[in-house]
Amino acid sequence: MRVLVTGLSTYWGGRVAQELEQRPDVEVVVGVDTRDPRIPLERTEFVRTDSSYSILARIVAATQVDTILHTHLIVDSTRASGRALHEINVIGTMSLLAAAGASGSPVRKVVLKSSGLVYGAAKTDPYFFREEMVRTSPPATNVERSLLEVEAFLRDFADDSPHVNVTLLRFTNVLGDDLDTPFALALRRPVVPEILGFDPRVQFVHEDDVVGALMYATTNDVPGVYNVAGDGNMPWSEVCALVRKPRVPLSPWLTNLAAEPLRLLRLWDLPPEALQLLRFGRSLDNTRYQQAGYRYQYTNAGTVEAFARGLRLAKTIGDKHPTYRYEREVEDFFRHSPAVIRRD
Amino acid sequence: MADPPERPEVVGTRPDLDLVAEAEVLERQGDLVPMPRRALGAGRALDARRSDVDAWGRSEHLRELTRRLYDPIYKHYFRVEWEHFDRLPRTGGALIVANHAGAIPPDAPAIMHGIEKELGRRVYGLAENLFRSVPVVGTLWARGGGVAAHPDNAYRLLHDEGQLVLVFPEGTKATGKRFTERYQLHRFGRGGFVEIAMRAGVPVIPIAVVGAEEAMPIVFKSSRVAKLMGLPYFPVTANMLMMGPLGLVGYLPAKFRLRVLPPVHFDVAPDQERYSRSRVMDESERIRATVQEALYDMLRTRRSVWFG
Repeated sequence: MRVLVTGLSTYWGGRVAQELEQRPDVEVVVGVDTRDPRIPLERTEFVRTDSSYSILARIVAATQVDTILHTHLIVDSTRASGRALHEINVIGTMSLLAAAGASGSPVRKVVLKSSGLVYGAAKTDPYFFREEMVRTSPPATNVERSLLEVEAFLRDFADDSPHVNVTLLRFTNVLGDDLDTPFALALRRPVVPEILGFDPRVQFVHEDDVVGALMYATTNDVPGVYNVAGDGNMPWSEVCALVRKPRVPLSPWLTNLAAEPLRLLRLWDLPPEALQLLRFGRSLDNTRYQQAGYRYQYTNAGTVEAFARGLRLAKTIGDKHPTYRYEREVEDFFRHSPAVIRRD
Repeated sequence: MADPPERPEVVGTRPDLDLVAEAEVLERQGDLVPMPRRALGAGRALDARRSDVDAWGRSEHLRELTRRLYDPIYKHYFRVEWEHFDRLPRTGGALIVANHAGAIPPDAPAIMHGIEKELGRRVYGLAENLFRSVPVVGTLWARGGGVAAHPDNAYRLLHDEGQLVLVFPEGTKATGKRFTERYQLHRFGRGGFVEIAMRAGVPVIPIAVVGAEEAMPIVFKSSRVAKLMGLPYFPVTANMLMMGPLGLVGYLPAKFRLRVLPPVHFDVAPDQERYSRSRVMDESERIRATVQEALYDMLRTRRSVWFG
């Protein structure tokens, strides 16, 4: 298997590349990103590209990869906004799929990491979203709009290229020790926000299960759309009770406006889609991926508990800041120099 | 001493039952000292619920508290009496439908209380999703077993979980009736409830409710004020005229009589994409007629509104 991973410098791209490297049936792992990798890798090749992946077609042709793992979708609007978001999500995916679908392209599998954001969170929603369900409310944020566009592209691509195995994974909010998602960050602060009068059911998935799900899709043939989320859900108040943090209420009216000064004070950075989640919650039905063969390691409650344990550890030993710096010459030396003896 | 049951790799595909599972394990081991919560290695599934809120937002603890508070009202104020209670199933899903009445309806709590107490089964009440967007009240409604009326929610509850689901097909048209129109049933919606029951493969159990109409009768309605406030209707009830603002929560002590009618089974295959519209509307109208007949019958034998 020859794999191309996008977003190598992101948390997911890096971890997936690490996992792929360990496998003997993976011959080549190529990673692309706009920034240097942040974790040490053994045999993954890194190519720096621009955010629209214009060079991707050349890379695919040159390396003859048969699997593309697109982990570089921005699902958190605090990371990028407006133009950059559109560029990375929509244009990036377009180039990627163009490269994958070109005639003579060796790509036989595409795995895309999407998000439950495509379902939205509104009062008209069903309590559990199955994969075939559509939003009941129009998308309100740029992130949601760009994700919907990306998924539409993927659908068209899957229709046009029946010889390619296309897997779309929709992940719910992720909790993990090393992550910096808005919810993880909010839960690490001394106080946690809530919307006054609302205690919705929220659902999380553990970072190990995210990596596991991506690996499962990469190493098995599971075409189609799948929700990935821990079993069960729990009220937001219970999540806060498990991490032992008190809650501070935000006004239920004009909540976005109320959250703005807190954002400026750098207290919590909760984008509008996160606030929607704190009002109505969202649950995904995860049975389809389990029927396709994936075994979860953590249920939803287990995810929150594991996160709470991580917080307790961090309180004692402090945050571990990784101190790896990517040096191109050093990495090139280890990978390509004839002086290095490779033990296979 | 029997070996403790083997813990599965992933604890709790039904996390809401984990508290029960843990208690069972402790019981079987016969320990007087509670076992330490868990001693699992990294990567083993961890599960630690702190509340008993289930996947729908319903909390049994809160329901128990509510039942304890509501019981005197149920027994001594409304003096609720059931007829043919045994027609309610002990296991399996069923869609319970009833006529709806009272400006702020007292029939839903009475039915849910009665079934939960006497039958010992949970009841989920389907209601407008408007509740989901109301602070505080909306959360309490959900904790008490309120679920937004989406067809997929109903399907899951009935088919996948085999729960009892209560729905009032008349909707707000019924509760907004003036006192002079009491006990004249409105059309049972567009038959959606029949289609839900057909798709989930469960019977419909109609209940005729007598008493709710008189507990909070609407004397006068203002559609203009209703539109201004964004409500489906703005009632002036006899309670408000007598008790002032307390009239919003002060019900008149009408005697409640609930008659469970024979369950209606549909001989159609479940899980179909769509069902014949005319068939669905036929069945819906037939059920409405049955409830209407039962109401007239009960009203004929009712000697007094307040004493039955």
